Amino acid sequence: MKKILIVDDEPNIVMSLEYAFKKQGYSVFIARDGSEALVIMEREIPDLVILDVMMPQVDGYETIKMIKSNPAFAKAKVIFLSAKSKAADIEKGLKLGADQYFTKPFSVKKLVTAVDHLIRA
Amino acid sequence: MASYVIILVIVGYLSLLFAIGIWADRRSKSKWVHNPWVYALSLAVYCSAWTYYGSVGIAATSGVSFLTTYLGPIIALPLWILVLKRIVVISKQYQVASIADFISLRYGNKRSIGALVTIICVIAVFPYIALQLKAVSETFDILSGSSKSVSIFTDSTFYIAVLLAVFVALFGTQTTDASRRRSGLVFTVAVESVLKLVFFLIIGVYVTFYLFDGTTDIYSQISALDGFEKLATFSNIEASINWYFMIALSFFAIFLLPRQFQVSVVENTSISHLKKASWVFPLYLLLFNVFVIFIAWAGKLLLSGELNPDYYTLYLPLAHGHKFLGLMVFLGGLSSVISMVVVSALALSTMISNNLIIPYGFIKALNDSDPKRNAQRIKNVRRVSIFILIIGAYFFYVNFNIELSLFSIGLIAFVIIAQLAPAFFIGLFWNRGSAIAAKTGIIVGSLVTFYTLVLPFITEVFVDGSSLIKNGPAGIALLKPYELFGVDFMPPVTHAFFWSMVFNVMFYLVFSVLQKGDYRERNYAELVVNASSYGELQENAFVWRGEAYVSEIRKALIRFLGEKRTTRALNLFYRKYDIDPQEEKADARLVNFSEKLLTGSIGAASAKLMISSVVKEQPVSLPEVLKILEENKETITINKQLQQQSHDLKRLSDRLKNANQALVEKDRQKDEFLDTVAHELKTPTASIRAASEILFDDDDMPVELKKKFLDNIVNDSDRLAALITNILDLEKLSNGREVMDKKQHSLRDTLHKAVDGVYQLALKKQVKVDIDEIESINLYYDEDRILQVFTNLLSNSIKFVSSKDGVIKVKIQLTDTTVLMIFEDNGKGIPQEDMEFIFDKFYQSNNQNVKKPMGSGMGLAISRHIIESHHGSIKVDPDFVNGARFIVELKK
Repeated sequence: MKKILIVDDEPNIVMSLEYAFKKQGYSVFIARDGSEALVIMEREIPDLVILDVMMPQVDGYETIKMIKSNPAFAKAKVIFLSAKSKAADIEKGLKLGADQYFTKPFSVKKLVTAVDHLIRA
Repeated sequence: MASYVIILVIVGYLSLLFAIGIWADRRSKSKWVHNPWVYALSLAVYCSAWTYYGSVGIAATSGVSFLTTYLGPIIALPLWILVLKRIVVISKQYQVASIADFISLRYGNKRSIGALVTIICVIAVFPYIALQLKAVSETFDILSGSSKSVSIFTDSTFYIAVLLAVFVALFGTQTTDASRRRSGLVFTVAVESVLKLVFFLIIGVYVTFYLFDGTTDIYSQISALDGFEKLATFSNIEASINWYFMIALSFFAIFLLPRQFQVSVVENTSISHLKKASWVFPLYLLLFNVFVIFIAWAGKLLLSGELNPDYYTLYLPLAHGHKFLGLMVFLGGLSSVISMVVVSALALSTMISNNLIIPYGFIKALNDSDPKRNAQRIKNVRRVSIFILIIGAYFFYVNFNIELSLFSIGLIAFVIIAQLAPAFFIGLFWNRGSAIAAKTGIIVGSLVTFYTLVLPFITEVFVDGSSLIKNGPAGIALLKPYELFGVDFMPPVTHAFFWSMVFNVMFYLVFSVLQKGDYRERNYAELVVNASSYGELQENAFVWRGEAYVSEIRKALIRFLGEKRTTRALNLFYRKYDIDPQEEKADARLVNFSEKLLTGSIGAASAKLMISSVVKEQPVSLPEVLKILEENKETITINKQLQQQSHDLKRLSDRLKNANQALVEKDRQKDEFLDTVAHELKTPTASIRAASEILFDDDDMPVELKKKFLDNIVNDSDRLAALITNILDLEKLSNGREVMDKKQHSLRDTLHKAVDGVYQLALKKQVKVDIDEIESINLYYDEDRILQVFTNLLSNSIKFVSSKDGVIKVKIQLTDTTVLMIFEDNGKGIPQEDMEFIFDKFYQSNNQNVKKPMGSGMGLAISRHIIESHHGSIKVDPDFVNGARFIVELKK
C-alpha cells in the first residue's frame, strides 16, 4: 500500500484529505507542521507528501529542503497545497523540488488524480 | 598751579589712554569695543582744539558765525549718511585705506593723483596740527601761570608731541595692511570724545549758572554793551551768503579731512553703525555748541579785553580761583588735541607711505626684497612719517610762532581740503570725470586758494601794510587777492573758497568733457559710480586683457603678504571662482584680486604698479570695456536666475520624491493587507469546498461522519463571516469613520457582562475567571465596543491557558485621572519579540511563513482602535512572566 503524508495545520482540511485518500486505498499519515512531518517520514518513508506552506514552527519551504537533502527520501514525491497563490510563490515551490503546486481552495478530485498519476506512474 | 603738577596729570592721563588703547586692542571683538556708539563717538574727532577753544573765540569776536562749522554737518545730515554709506561700501570692497586711495581708485588707480591728494592733505593738515600743539602749549602756560619756555627741552609741549607720536606709532602701525581696523586707537578717540564733551558742558553750566543766573541773565547784561547787535545777528545779505558758503565748506570738510575719512570710512567695522551715527553725531555737535555763545559773552563781561578770547573757558574759572575746574578744562582741550593729532597723523602717514613714498621711490626696492623686510620697511616709512609730521608741526609752530587765531588757520585748512571736493563728489556720481580733469581742477583750485588766501595771509604776517592786498599785483585792481575780479563783499575765507571752487569745478568739467581718459579710468569710474550694480560682480567688474602668469603674480604677492597669507588668499580665490589651481595663465579676475590684496599694504596706486610690472597688459578700447562689463553683468544675472531655478526645481523634485515614497509605502501596505485578507479568506473557503466536494461525491458516507463534515462546513462559514465582519470593522475604525456612541456606563456592569459572555467557553475548558470586587465606577464609553475589547481579551486568555489549571484574573486600579483594567492569565504568555507587533492587524512574525494568525488575527488590532477612539491606551506588560498581562487604560 502506498503511503501518503499530509502536512497541514488546518484540522478541517486534513480531515477531508484523510477521508478522500483513505477511500482511494492509500495509507495516510498526518503531521501538523514540518518538524512533526520529518519525524513521521523517518519512520514511514512515505511515497508522497502533501505540504502546506504556512505552518507554525517549521514551514513548508524549510520542510521540502530537508526532504530533498535526505537521500533516504529520494523517491518521495512532494505536492504543495497552499493559499499562497502568487506566481512567485508557485515558482519558488517548484524550484525547491516540488512535483506539483495546488492552490487553496482546491478540487479534491483533481488532487487525488494528480496523486494517483504521480505515484502510479 | 605748579608746572610739575600739571605735567604729572598729563602723564597720568596719557598712561590711562595707553592702557585703554591696549585693553581695547585686545578686545576688538567684544561688544564694548565693537559697537555703533564707539563708531558714532569716534566721528567727533571732528571737534579739535579749534572747536574746544576756538569757537568761543570766534563767538566773542564775530558772533554767531562759529555755528557754521557745526551746522554744515547737521543740516546736510541725510545727504551725508547717504553718500557716506556708498563710500564705505566701495572702500571696503577695494581695501581703501585713505582718501588719497579713494580718489586715485576712482580715477583708475593713477599714482599721480594719489600723490597730489596726499600733498594737498599734508599742506592743509600740517599747520593744523601745529595749531593744536600751540593750543596745548598756550593753555599749559595759562594754567601754570608761567611764560613761554625758551628751550624746547624745557617746553612740556615738545614732550607731549613726542608721546603722541609714540602713541600713533604704537597703535596705528601694527600691521602693514592699512585698511585693517585699529580698534584700540578708535576706542580711545571715542573715550576722549566723551571726556571733552562732558568737560565742556560742565564749564558751560558753571559759567552760565554759577557765575551768572542763567542764560537770560547773561543776555540782559551783554545786550547792554555797545556793538552787541553785530554779534548776534546777520547784518546784511553779504553776511548771509557768507553763512551758506561756510556751511558748504564744513560739509566738504566732514568727508574730506583725512582724519574724518579715517574714522568714518577706514575704521568703520559695520555698515549698520552708520544708523546710530546719523543721529548721535549731530546731537553731539549740537550739545557742544549749546554754551559757546554764553561762555563768550561771559568772558566779554567778566574778563579784561586783552586776554585771548579763545581761552575764555580757561580764564573764567581761573579768574574765580577755581583751579581744579581750570585743570579739567585743560584736560578736555588736551583730549581734543590728542584725538585730532593722533588720527590725522595716522591718516597722513598712511597716505605718505602708500601714495607718495612707495609708488614713487620704494617700489623697486620692495620688488627685490623678502616679505619680512618689506613689512618692516613699510612700517618704518609710516613711523618716520608720523614722527616727522608731529615733531615737524611742533617746530613749525615754535619757529613761525603763528600769531593767528585757531579759527582762521582751521578755516584755511578747510579751504585747501575743499579743493578735493569736485574730484571727489562729482566723480562719485558722474562717470565721465577723468583723471586729468581731477588733477587740473585740484591744482588750479589750490593755486587760486594760495593766491587769494595763503599769500596775502603770509604777506600780512611778515610785511606790514602790504601793497599787494591794497592795490593788487603791479597795481592791477582786478587781481587784488582779497577782491578778485572786483568781488569785494566777501570776507577773505569765503572769497577764497568761492573763487577756488569756481575755477576748480570749471577746469574739472571742461577737461572731463574734452579729454576722455583711458579705458582703465573709465572702468574704475563705472565701478565707483555704479557701485551698486557692479558690486556683486566683484572681480568680474574689472576688465583686463593681456598676458600674465600666476607664478609671477604669486611671487609679487609673497613679497608683501608672505607665503602663508598669499597661499591662503589664492586658495580662497580659486575656490570662489572654481578655477584649477594648476592653471598657469592668470585672468583679469586674478589680476584685479591681487591688486586688491596689495592695496591695503602699499596703496592702490602702488598695487597697480606692482602687478603691472609682472604682467603684460594690452590696451582695451573704451567701448569694449563697457561691453565686457555689460556682458559680465548679464552673465551674473543669468547665473543667479539659473541658480534660483535649479534650486526651485530641486525643492519641487524633493517634495515629489517624498510624496511618491509615501504613496509607494501606502501601496505596499495595501497590497500586504489584501494579500493577508485573501489568504485568511482562502483557508476556510478551501476547507468548505473540500468538505462539500466529498459530501457531494460520496453517498454512502456514514451519517456520523457526514454530520462531522457538515459541522466543519458550518464552523468554517462562521469563521468566514466573522472574518469579513472584522475586516470591515477594522477598516471603519482605522479610517476614523466609526463614531463611538459614548454614554455613561458602570464599568463594573460592563466587566461582568464580558465575563458572562465567555462563561460557556471558560466552563468548557474548565478555566477559572476571577474579578476583583470593585466599587461601581461610572465612565463615558461606547459599551458595545468596550465589551468587544474585554471579550476579545478574555477569549484570547481562555484560548492560551491550559485547561483545568488555567486562571484568569481581572483587576481594576484607580489613579488620579485614569482607570486601569488589568487582564492577567497563567497561560504560555507572549514571546518578547512579538510584543511590539501584537496590536498590528493580521500580525505575523517576521518570518511570514511560520506563524499563522490566531483566530482572525485582528482582535487586538480592533481593540486598540476602539480604546484609542476613547483616548485611552492598551498595552501588554512586558515584565509579567507567568503568562500574559494586558493593561487597558481609560480616562476618568
